[in-house]
Amino acid sequence: MKNNFLLSLSLLAVFSACAQQPGDNPGVYSPEKSAVPKPAGLVADADNAGLKLPAGFGAIKVADGIGRARHIVVTQQGDIYVKLMRAVDGKGVLKLHDNNGDGKSDATTGFGNYGGTGIAIKNGYLYASSDEEVFRYKLDAKGDVIAPLQPEKIISGLINRRQHESKSIALDNNGNIYVNIGAYSNSCQERDRQTGSMGMKPCPILDSAGGIWQFKADKLNQTYGDGVRYATGLRNVVGLDWNSQANQLFVMQHGRDDLHNIFPALYTEQENADLPAETMYALKKGDNAGWPYIYYDPFKNKKIQSPEYGGDGKKEGSSEYVDPVVAFPAHMAPNGLLFYTGNMFPAKYKNGAFIAFHGSWNRAPLPQEGYYVAFVPFENGKPSGKWEVFANGFAGIEVVTGTRGAQHRPCGLAQGPDGSLYVSDDVKGTIYRIIYTGK
Amino acid sequence: MKQKALMALSALALLSFQTAPKKTASASAVNKSNAATPAKTTAGNAAVMERGKTVYLTQCLACHQVDGGGVPHLNAPLDGATAVTGKDKAKLITIVIKGLKGVELDGEFYSNAMAPHPEMTDQQIADVLTYIRNSWSNKASAVTAAEVKAVRAKIK
Ligand code: HEC
Repeated sequence: MKNNFLLSLSLLAVFSACAQQPGDNPGVYSPEKSAVPKPAGLVADADNAGLKLPAGFGAIKVADGIGRARHIVVTQQGDIYVKLMRAVDGKGVLKLHDNNGDGKSDATTGFGNYGGTGIAIKNGYLYASSDEEVFRYKLDAKGDVIAPLQPEKIISGLINRRQHESKSIALDNNGNIYVNIGAYSNSCQERDRQTGSMGMKPCPILDSAGGIWQFKADKLNQTYGDGVRYATGLRNVVGLDWNSQANQLFVMQHGRDDLHNIFPALYTEQENADLPAETMYALKKGDNAGWPYIYYDPFKNKKIQSPEYGGDGKKEGSSEYVDPVVAFPAHMAPNGLLFYTGNMFPAKYKNGAFIAFHGSWNRAPLPQEGYYVAFVPFENGKPSGKWEVFANGFAGIEVVTGTRGAQHRPCGLAQGPDGSLYVSDDVKGTIYRIIYTGK
Repeated sequence: MKQKALMALSALALLSFQTAPKKTASASAVNKSNAATPAKTTAGNAAVMERGKTVYLTQCLACHQVDGGGVPHLNAPLDGATAVTGKDKAKLITIVIKGLKGVELDGEFYSNAMAPHPEMTDQQIADVLTYIRNSWSNKASAVTAAEVKAVRAKIK
C-alpha cells in the first residue's frame, strides 16, 4: 500500500518534470521535443516532384488534386492540415495522413464547410480562418481534432469585399493571434484601378482593413471592437509568421499594381513590371507601412509618394512610414512566410525565412515572375544575407507569359517535426515535401 | 552618433535589392505583335482585328493576360469563356461599359472587379469585342459600332 503510494508519487514527479521542462513555455505546443516518426525510409521522388532544388535536397509529392490548397500546418505526428480556398464536398479543412511511412498521403479526412486561407497550431489547438472568421478546434494527444463539427468561433465579422479577402493568421508566444485584413482596393483610388482616378484622402479603407489586427487567441466571439489595429498601411499580407528569436511579427506585403495602366504618362510598361517592390516588414505595434500613400522603389531603395497622392515617380514619401527589411522584385505575390527552426536542413537555413511566391500577373505584357520558394538567411532575428531562389519549377514551363500557363503556384509553407519543409499549391492542389538527404 | 550612422549603413546594405533570376534573352519581353495570334475570323476582317488588338493591349491585357487566359481566381479568362463567344452581344457590350463584379462565370468566382470603361468609343468597344471573340481558341461573329451605340443608349 505504502509502496504503491510512493510509486505513484514518483510517477507524478516524473510526469510533471516532463510537462514543465526548464525554459519551456508552459503549455506551448512544441513539436521538436516529442518522439517523431523516423524519416529513415523516406526517398525523394525520382523527378523531385518536378522541382529544381539546391544540391542535397529532394522532394516528394505528398498529395495531388486535393483542391485549392492555401496555408498548411504539420502536427507533431507528421499529419498535414490543409486549408482549402473553397470547400470540396463540404470539407474546407483536410487532414492528410501517411499510413505506411513512404511520405505520400494515403488517408484523407476533412471537416469545416468553409473556404479560406489561414491555418495554424498553437497550444494544442488548430486555428483555421474563413474570409470573415477565425475558428479553433481542440486537438487530442495524437493531433486529431476532437470535435470537428463544433469549432469555437474566436473572431467574426471581418470585412470581405472579395479583393484581398484572405484572412491569414499567425500566433505569438503570449496568447495573441494576428490576422491580416487586406485592403479591398489596389491603391485607394476613388474609382479602383481606373486610369487617372485619384486617391481618397484620408483613405477610409484603413479603418477596417489594410493592416494587421491583434486578437486574443483564447477568447471567443471577438470582433473589431475587441481587437487592436496592430499595424496599418499594409495593402495585403498573405504570408506572415512570428519570429521567436526576434520575438516579432514578420509580414510579406503584396505591393500595389497598375502604375502604368493608371498613370501611363508617368510610368512605362517596363516600370509597371518592375515597380514597386514586394516587401518584408518586421513589425512593432503601431507601425504604419504607408499604403496607399507611398510604395517602395527597390532600385532607389526609397519610399516614393504614390501618383494617386501627388507623386511623380520621384518624390520621396514621408519618413513616418517604416522601411522594409527585405525588398523583392515586383508583383511576385508572396503568399507564404516561414521561419525555419528545424534540424534537418544544413546550418545556413536555421532560423532563416522561406517565402512562397505565388507568381505575378501584373507584369503583363512582360513575362511573369515568381512561382518559386525563396530563402533569406537570418541571424539574431535579422536578415544576414541576400535572398536566393530555393525551390523552383512549380510552373512547369520556363517562361510564364500568361498566369494561366503556370501549372502549380506555391502558396503555403509548413515545417514537419523532422524538419521537412512542406509547400502547398493552390492551382492543382499539390502538396510537396522537401527533404535534405545530403546526396 | 558614429555608431548610429554605421548601423544605418549596414541596415541599408541588408536591404539590398536583387533582381529576379534572368530568363533566356529571347523571352525577356513578349513581342507585342505576337501577344495573341488572331484566329481566322468569319466576320471580322484583318483591319478590325488589328484595331481591336490595339485596344486589347492597352485596356484589357493587364488583367486578362497575353493569352486571354486571365488569372486563376482573380481575373476571368476570355479565351474559352461561354459568354464571350455567345449570342448575347448586348451582355458583352454592357460588361465593357459598366464593368463587372462578383458574378459567377462558368462556375467560377473572381476576386478582382472589372472596372467600367464608359470612355471608350462605340468603335473601340466593337473592335475589342470582335477581337476577343476571334482570338486564341475563340470564334464568333463580329460586333458593330451600331450595336454598341444601341446598347449604350439603353443602359444610360
Ligand atoms: C482591372 C482588371 C480588368 C480589366 C482592365 C479588364 N477586365 Fe474584363 N474582367 C475582369 C474581371 C475581374 C472579370 C470577372 C468579373 C466577375 O467575376 O464578376 C472580368 C470579366 C470580363 C468579361 C466577362 C467574361 C465572362 O466569362 O462572362 C468580359 C467579356 C471582359 N471582362 C472583357 C474585358 C475587356 C474587353 C476589357 C478591355 C476593354 C477588360 N475586360 C478589361 C477584370 C478586368
